[in-house]
Amino acid sequence: MGNYIIRRILLLIPTFLLLTILVFMLIRLMPGSVIELMVMQHSHEQAGQQQIDVEAIRRMVGLDKPILTQYWEWLSGLIRGDMGKSLWTQKNVTTDVIARLPVTFELGILAFIIAQIIAFPIGILSAIRQDSIGDYFARSFAILAVAIPSFWLATMVMVFPSIWWGWSPPERYIPITENLGLNLQQFLIPATILGFGMAGLTVRMLRTTMLDVLRQDYVRTAWAKGLRERVVLVRHVLKNAAIPVVTIISGQIGVVIGGAVIMEQIFNIPGMGRLFVDAIQTRDYPYITGMNAFFSTVGLITILLTDLSYAWLDPRIRYK
Amino acid sequence: MTSIGKVSESSKVKKYSAFMDFFRRLIKEKPLGTFGAIVVIILLICSVFANVIAPYSPVESNLKDKLEGPSIDHWLGTDNLGRDMLSRIIYGGRVSLYVGLGASLVNVLVATLLGLLSGYLGGWFDVLVQRFVDVALSIPPLVILITLVGVLGAGLVQLILIMGINGGIQWARVVRSGVMAIRSNVYMDAAQAIGSDTWHMIVRHVFPNIMPMMVIIFSTSIAGNIMAEAGLSFLGLGLPPPTPTWGGMLSAEGRRFMYEAWWLAIFPGLVLTIVIYGVNMWGDAVRDLLDPRLRGGVGRYSGALKRERVKQKTS
Repeated sequence: MGNYIIRRILLLIPTFLLLTILVFMLIRLMPGSVIELMVMQHSHEQAGQQQIDVEAIRRMVGLDKPILTQYWEWLSGLIRGDMGKSLWTQKNVTTDVIARLPVTFELGILAFIIAQIIAFPIGILSAIRQDSIGDYFARSFAILAVAIPSFWLATMVMVFPSIWWGWSPPERYIPITENLGLNLQQFLIPATILGFGMAGLTVRMLRTTMLDVLRQDYVRTAWAKGLRERVVLVRHVLKNAAIPVVTIISGQIGVVIGGAVIMEQIFNIPGMGRLFVDAIQTRDYPYITGMNAFFSTVGLITILLTDLSYAWLDPRIRYK
Repeated sequence: MTSIGKVSESSKVKKYSAFMDFFRRLIKEKPLGTFGAIVVIILLICSVFANVIAPYSPVESNLKDKLEGPSIDHWLGTDNLGRDMLSRIIYGGRVSLYVGLGASLVNVLVATLLGLLSGYLGGWFDVLVQRFVDVALSIPPLVILITLVGVLGAGLVQLILIMGINGGIQWARVVRSGVMAIRSNVYMDAAQAIGSDTWHMIVRHVFPNIMPMMVIIFSTSIAGNIMAEAGLSFLGLGLPPPTPTWGGMLSAEGRRFMYEAWWLAIFPGLVLTIVIYGVNMWGDAVRDLLDPRLRGGVGRYSGALKRERVKQKTS
């Protein structure tokens, strides 16, 4: 197992390097470059009183150096945990991103937990009581949860309670340090909407794989030797049905991040998603590259942990 | 030899048997899949003939009639510029359909090309492609889409290429494992033994065997691509206005008026949900009917494909 883990971690290094190259070079291809935007803004401010020196701006934000030098400076900064400075405000990108991180993290974790709380009981029940009314409802739920776009659901939650009862979700963001209860109340609605959407896929996968395992000989043996239902389900069925379900759940880490971008936009939550969309609109390269690198590092670690959990769940993978 | 003669004779009776077989089983065994197919066909017709079906122009504003509720004149009401919602939804379907089908097609092409080459050739090429797949899998889908749309701009072609290539790279791993499984078959050794070259082996032996997989990838990606386009438009990063898109109709600009006009909030999302539901059911049915692992007993579809091929050879 130790060897396996080390080999997997070493494999991450070339992938991470390739990723930084792709992210960095792609952003530099942006057609409406940040320089043009800056020139436009300068000419607004100064109304043509003064010749705008494009080269000076380029030098000021450090885009005049050869691209390889820029890449090297960025990468070495990134490894030291420094994403650079904003091209517009000169703010330190890392501190800005880190400041927003807990907000998105809280939203994501809540959504993730809610998704599993919804998915597991429904998925398990629907498999062990196959073709019952409960199963029928569970399957309809799963199909609906996958088909309803989260942003539509969120829009309706914003609009209809306000029309019917004059109630709407809080407009102002309440930090967790200010008031824990109100903060949770604020996060609960977007997190539930996100969790609901994710639960659908998990329910479907859990049901199919469990049905598969329930028909295995060793499960019949477990029943035959008189084990209680809970023991059969947890020790024999769930553990053997886990791998495809873990695949689906780990794939949802990326969905959570994407969903958080949308929810932060709708519910006015100042998290990383908002920061990211703003950075795209102002072409603020260090933010875009830094956050892309950050999000994909999260993704790479997720993939690593998923693979390790396969090896833990199924010894055959470990010894191959 | 006589058995081949017999098969080709029987397939002469049923022309296009592979296709017909598929649709017969779809209707007989998959009611939800049939519903999905109907939704897809309706979407197709509405989009292609949008200019005939839509009662009003989707972009021309008519401030006199703004924010009117559903009525005989405007079945689904009008928006803040007095544009007919029904017409906008019909035209919005065009964008969803183009992106859904176009990006899925690119998904299949990219996945097949990369998966076929890296699965069949192996070696350094495989290692390189797999690292690209790792990268594509590690970035959250919406994040990479937002970034690339920011980089390349939000035209129809750009959206199709961005979603198509990004998704295609991810699907490549599925094709690759399929190709590797096919490679280990005895008939591949036999083909090599009689001196077939690489090109011949790929085109005549590997490619026909991954055809069902390509159809599955195509039909299961459509829903995701439609949803992704709607999400981007919702964030204001999709096709720029006045082009109507379902996601764009629900976006921040429209939301200001929804408190006084509930129909703005309901209908675009409802249509999007029905389409995603239908396309999902269709994709599931296609996968169930074509995936040999989910098909009980002897493969009927691949049998039909084989009959088709024998027929082509003998005719």
